[in-house]
Amino acid sequence: MNFDPRFTGRKFSSVGTRPLRPDGIDKVTGRARYGADFNMAGQLVGRILRSPHAHAVIKSIDTSKAEKLAGVKAVITAKDLPDLTDGDAAMYDILDNSMARKKALYDGHAVAAVAAIDARIARQALKLIEVDYEVLPHVTDVDEAAHHHAPLINDQVFTEGLEEKPAKPSNITKRTQFGHGDVHKGFAEADFVIERSFKTEQTHQGYIEPHACVASVNPDGTADLWVCTQGHFVYRQHCAQLLGLEASKLRVTSSEIGGGFGGKTHVWAEPVALALSRKAGRPVKLVMTRDEVFRASGPTSATSIDVRIGAKKDGTITAAEATLRYSCGPYAGSWAEIGAMTAFACYKLENVKTVGFEVLVNRPKTAAYRAPSAPMAAFAVESSIDELAREIGMDAVDFRIKNAAQEGTRASYGPVYGPIGIGPTLEAVKKHPHMKAPLKANQGRGMACGFWFNFGGQTCVDLNIGMDGSVSLAVGTVDVGGSRASLSLVAAEELGIDYSQLKAIVADTSSLGYNDMTDGSRGTFSSSMATISAARNAILILRDRAAQMWDIPVEDVVWEKGHAIAKGEKYGNLSPLSLKDIAAKSGTTGGPIAGHSELVADGAGVSFATHICDIEVDPETGATRVIRYTVVQDAGKAVHPTYVEGQYQGGAAQGIGWALNEEYIYGKDGRLQNAGFLDYRIPVCSDLPMIDTQILEIPNPNHPYGVRGVGETSIVPPLAAIANAVSNAVGVRMTHIPMSPPRILAALDAEREG
Amino acid sequence: MRYIRPLSIEDAVGELAKAVGPAAILAGGSDLLVRMKGGFIEPELIVDIKAIGGLADITETADGFRIGAAVPCAVLGENKAVRKAWPGVVEAANLIGSKQVQGRCTITGNLCNASPAADSVPALVAAGAKAVVAGPSGKRTIAVESVPTGPGRTSLAKGEIIEAILLDKRPVHAGDAYLRFIPRTEMDIAVVSAGVNLTLDDKGAIKTARVALGAAAPTVLLVEEAGQVLVGSKLDEATLERLAKICSGACRPIDDKRGTIEFRRKVAGVLAQRAAAIAYKRAGGK
Repeated sequence: MNFDPRFTGRKFSSVGTRPLRPDGIDKVTGRARYGADFNMAGQLVGRILRSPHAHAVIKSIDTSKAEKLAGVKAVITAKDLPDLTDGDAAMYDILDNSMARKKALYDGHAVAAVAAIDARIARQALKLIEVDYEVLPHVTDVDEAAHHHAPLINDQVFTEGLEEKPAKPSNITKRTQFGHGDVHKGFAEADFVIERSFKTEQTHQGYIEPHACVASVNPDGTADLWVCTQGHFVYRQHCAQLLGLEASKLRVTSSEIGGGFGGKTHVWAEPVALALSRKAGRPVKLVMTRDEVFRASGPTSATSIDVRIGAKKDGTITAAEATLRYSCGPYAGSWAEIGAMTAFACYKLENVKTVGFEVLVNRPKTAAYRAPSAPMAAFAVESSIDELAREIGMDAVDFRIKNAAQEGTRASYGPVYGPIGIGPTLEAVKKHPHMKAPLKANQGRGMACGFWFNFGGQTCVDLNIGMDGSVSLAVGTVDVGGSRASLSLVAAEELGIDYSQLKAIVADTSSLGYNDMTDGSRGTFSSSMATISAARNAILILRDRAAQMWDIPVEDVVWEKGHAIAKGEKYGNLSPLSLKDIAAKSGTTGGPIAGHSELVADGAGVSFATHICDIEVDPETGATRVIRYTVVQDAGKAVHPTYVEGQYQGGAAQGIGWALNEEYIYGKDGRLQNAGFLDYRIPVCSDLPMIDTQILEIPNPNHPYGVRGVGETSIVPPLAAIANAVSNAVGVRMTHIPMSPPRILAALDAEREG
Repeated sequence: MRYIRPLSIEDAVGELAKAVGPAAILAGGSDLLVRMKGGFIEPELIVDIKAIGGLADITETADGFRIGAAVPCAVLGENKAVRKAWPGVVEAANLIGSKQVQGRCTITGNLCNASPAADSVPALVAAGAKAVVAGPSGKRTIAVESVPTGPGRTSLAKGEIIEAILLDKRPVHAGDAYLRFIPRTEMDIAVVSAGVNLTLDDKGAIKTARVALGAAAPTVLLVEEAGQVLVGSKLDEATLERLAKICSGACRPIDDKRGTIEFRRKVAGVLAQRAAAIAYKRAGGK
């Protein structure tokens, strides 16, 4: 496939406009089909029995009473999901997380499941399953788990990444290190050094739609799965491997998605639903309750981070160092590693060193959450940067501008940057009227920067032109934020037709080649690249058909503004042929007209944002209120600006919730205390101001239109921006997220008591 | 499970009195249905009281107001007379849950759910509200603060139903207020709360005062000492400081997912001060 992805400056007619999304009417009228909206004749209700213990050996499970209950069609345990992972440790962890095999590793870990004719019988059946547990000591705190006296979650874990293999097992699965230069030398050159320790509590992605699926396994080894997911092709691979199915015989259809934010990139309940269906011989619908969503899906890492940064009097940073401990749940992960990579990515540093430790705890398996691991690292670093600027006596924005990474800077995590947006976002913030707006008593303003890598990956698109000239676009990246609209704009742009002539859908796994999932802010970046390629392939055919219709050489036919044009004076009397004209004749000129594309979208451009936040603190209660918020972020090219703004606002809203109130609260018994939206406090509408956005467009050189991913970066700066605002409002430096009213009031009282 | 919708309070009482398994009373259902859906309770009998004559009515009597047990908080909020006389009670009732929940929930249900964090209860206790209880042995009228005995527990006997809440008629210089602390702006449950009800003499000094705290102990607390400290004052700074100190001291809070002991103690005092200031102003004090 000869496709040149390089950026070419061009004028756009469709890209950059704001038409309505093709899925809009269905969503606002309630017609859209989400995970739990699929139904099959004869389907059973699946329910999962979950461990009430944070850490326990499963000595035995007696399912006989449940099996005898009238209306129960299947009961399964780990025995019904034999280990087919063949040494693939990551897949084994997914299997064990779906259904505990030897030990229950967290409150909420699945231990058995039933399929019954209705929900009431399924619930009764769960009560009849007898599990004999031997309760073990548990640990849920990241720092306690990292301590050498902590209860061991897996005695086969010997820390990787150390110079010598340790003699004893521990809860630290891996150590990673990034950086360059000599930090000792750098700190020796510093006039000012700031050293701080930070903690962030665990948060959940908080998607409104719980995990839901319908599984139907046939005796001939074929199966169907309808599911709410960010990546149906990935779910197919995982489920096929875990169930011993051939991937192409498992057809996975993705539903509309009521939020995922990284939390719907892993299988949890789907292998269980398939195993239940296989055993029962009937379709099984499995929908998690909100309690299950909190206890057994998501969440992000809890962290503990130490930061040290030194600078000269003139504001030049001479050295930066961070040690990051991230909780992974009970299975190995690379969360601290990502934190260690992103921590100092905004800055041009001669001497930098970051070390990450992956820590096992008796909590649910950590899942990706929007720019996973970056917000916590940014909180620690950007809080420290603000303090350092204050020590030096420099303005917080100027200090960052002085040290911002640029094109050609070697990033702290290794690569050398191309054209990037950190400097421009800082300059835009410096000029923004928000920075000059007056503040009242007990109000403070903070700002902070954030970085995210973005990702490209495997992508496949089909573009089919109907005989009436309408165009259908089949993509394989699940639409989580308006990508069907954006991709339609891109196809319209290439073909030179109107947006309304197109309809984009997300195809199922049997209708399209493999696609990586919608993660890493890759949906619009990668699928737009494939759409451009597919449209250009279709144009090749359209030109060929026009040449046939005119009976002239195809080399003399060009494609302009949705029409084939015969080039050259000798064709002066040939009027242009529209896409419609050509499509109408397709039956006699060679058959259907389509363009396909299969590619690996390399070169996802890194993304930077700078946020400004005004906050008001009630000094008597510690209550906070975000009164103004501005996001400035580089989009490369905003294909559909409304949905880019939506991503900016959504990330900021989630970051505000994380910063102020959201947290997993565990009791001493290792049980989650707040598995519901009442006490897991995500912001409600009235908690948030209108979040202002400013889109910058610094083209990504590796995309024809200059597009960068935009979905994730916006959640990176808020934690720090709000902490800096609180510090500026009432003079206390909050080092523990969330900055809930009890924590702020305690800090204020400590300050007042001196 | 059996669902019934009796037309008289006697029938409802009779059904509840003879129920063998767990029974529940359904008015708005905003607590009951959530608990049933969550699998926390599985009642065998549900007695829907909404069709019982008079229970959905607010009646103005010579002594004050009678608010039927099935009156939704949103309806209460639209009643001008109650709003004028008892703004604190009404604002408390209209903080429960969300707009949608307020269309269903009732202050009687809020009282009988017996949560120490119930929003309308501190306001009702401060207001000196009374509950009319119908039971197998007839009717009795009791102070609302005697209904909850602990989280989720009430003093009501088997077969008893609260059919109405009574609020007194107001003298000229009177005002009440309720404030709660939540980390969000709505859709939340009080971390700690305070209700204050005052009457003033002709010179603007406080004549009578009642102060109640929510989410500060296993039940809503009537802090009599806090009321006494206000009497005779015009809410000067020293009085407000003593009020806060007494309220903080009266708390017997716990550390839990919603807040800490220290936080609840401190903020109970702050909210009592602020609620007192609002009530004083509403009573015409300056």
